[in-house]
Amino acid sequence: MNMMDVGDLWFSYGKKPILSGASFFVEEGTLCGLFGPNGSGKTTLFKCCLKFLAYARGTVCMDGTDISGLSVSQMARLVSYVPQDHAPPFPFLVKEIVLMGRSPHLRGVFGASSEDKRKVCDVLDSMGLLDIADSPYNQLSGGQRQLVLMARAIAQETPLMFLDEPTAALDFSNQLKVWKLVRSIVDDGVTVLACSHDPNHVSWFCDKVVVMGSNKILDSGPPEDVITDATLGTLYAEPCVRSYSGSVPVIIPRFSPGQIPSFPWGACP
Amino acid sequence: MEREMSAHERLVPRATGTGDLFAVRGKQRYLLILMCMLLCSIMLSLALGAYAVSLKGTVSVLVAHLTPFGDVGSLHPVQDKVIWNLRFPRILVAIVVGVSLSVSGAVFQSVFRNPLVEPYILGVSSGSAFGAACSIVFPTIFFSVQGTAFLFGSVAVGAAYALSRVRGDTPVITLVLSGVIIGSVFSSFVSILKYVASDTALRDIVFWLMGGFYYASWDDVFVSLPIVTLSILFLWSYGWKLNILSMGDEEARCLGVNPEHAKLAVVSVATLLTAYAVSLAGIIAWVGLMMPHAARLLFGPDNRYVLPASALMGAIYLIVCDTIARTVASAEIPVGIIASILGAPYLCYLLRNKGRVIYG
Repeated sequence: MNMMDVGDLWFSYGKKPILSGASFFVEEGTLCGLFGPNGSGKTTLFKCCLKFLAYARGTVCMDGTDISGLSVSQMARLVSYVPQDHAPPFPFLVKEIVLMGRSPHLRGVFGASSEDKRKVCDVLDSMGLLDIADSPYNQLSGGQRQLVLMARAIAQETPLMFLDEPTAALDFSNQLKVWKLVRSIVDDGVTVLACSHDPNHVSWFCDKVVVMGSNKILDSGPPEDVITDATLGTLYAEPCVRSYSGSVPVIIPRFSPGQIPSFPWGACP
Repeated sequence: MEREMSAHERLVPRATGTGDLFAVRGKQRYLLILMCMLLCSIMLSLALGAYAVSLKGTVSVLVAHLTPFGDVGSLHPVQDKVIWNLRFPRILVAIVVGVSLSVSGAVFQSVFRNPLVEPYILGVSSGSAFGAACSIVFPTIFFSVQGTAFLFGSVAVGAAYALSRVRGDTPVITLVLSGVIIGSVFSSFVSILKYVASDTALRDIVFWLMGGFYYASWDDVFVSLPIVTLSILFLWSYGWKLNILSMGDEEARCLGVNPEHAKLAVVSVATLLTAYAVSLAGIIAWVGLMMPHAARLLFGPDNRYVLPASALMGAIYLIVCDTIARTVASAEIPVGIIASILGAPYLCYLLRNKGRVIYG
């Protein structure tokens, strides 16, 4: 079953078209990567699907429901969103930030029940964040902040989760840590749509990749079919090449002869 | 399930044995202490003044009026008049104003996601000042100073809100800039009125702008107590949503809070509250900026505690300022002046020592 179905989505800022007829779908329980260079409309597509922006034409269905009729709180019980790294103006503690993820489920005025608090504790525990639960969020490192925001989305307990460039501001080891965490979230049954501009990340970790370029969806499918030399050639003026390290595909830039004289393995493939 | 339980149980001894990760007892204790301090400051302020009354005399006046055990007729008539008809309503109005300004300050800071915002940011103060000046200069047309000040304060904020609304969206920066524009327009209107006013009227305008509780009466108390109590309870019920709003519009939306609805609701109530406070007592600076800060120092940024805490602290602060204003010199000093002078060192202290804690 498709957890998410986007059909013929159009959006423009004033007269400048950003999305012209975007269509794709995401199957339940999979990790779908939304891949494209900067300015290709990934973020706009994301924001349209989350109803942050009102699209001009098209449909977005989540879990079989057209989202155009859903209220903000109904949306929040259907899809969670992990924004890019940011620093809020007030020093909320990590546990408070994660408790905010329970908001769509709160009923009363002061309503965080002991059940909600227990869920927050469990999420923090399973992610190894208990030690920083009492630290102010905006004094953490970028990697820790990203983990806390993901903990908040997990605590929200939605069938769908959106991640906006989850690893853009992180170092190499934190990038791998976050992507592995995303995989484990998917293994727990959550459907994840993550946008990324790194071809390696999407080809290593995603079940399916939707490629965006110049405001259109160029291709979609399993990463080995989609992240090809031809696609990369269309996306980037700088030519790239798909190589293999063992059985793992690696995208590397194509160097012209003499560009890097000491290149250890001589001329590039 | 078993793993989940164990995770929770392991947490219980973590927080110094008093509760779990979300223990709130310490915060509730602080709130109780603040309430006691408020009661003490009310008693002291009742007893102190140009006509000194002993604490015992003060208590007997209060007992006679507030409980069925006393007899009003047996009281010392001057003491009764001073405590019950002059000082007590004045203190209650000071509490109302302090509570209103500090709670709306806390609300504005969360909504505008900026700890340096104060409740006058959207032009309430200039609007109200213009209203009051109008009423002082043209008393036949605008017969009530308070009513006109409230009216123009609300008009100013309404104008700022309308000016900043673009395609169903109210970006914070546009809103704050519109507030600045509207504020400066009304300030220049006030200057025009000052220029054309007679000497007595000019003196009245200047005094009004400095703020004070000289004319506080029981009528003011009876009108303002229900209004302010209801508004504060309404804003307090938005405490958790304010936390979420302070994360930004998009995150609020994905956490299930519609930012446009919530912002409109809390900003309009907080504005009416500010306009009302200004119309009661003139322009009293800093309270709405300092008290939420002080509350955050004690309670952290969670608005479910910041709102009641800053309400209590605002009340205590204005009682102290007003007591100083009417006792320190032979003539009464406008309370706005005292509030600014007392506030400045505290703000310097915040800036120099606690900057990292508050501003993150």
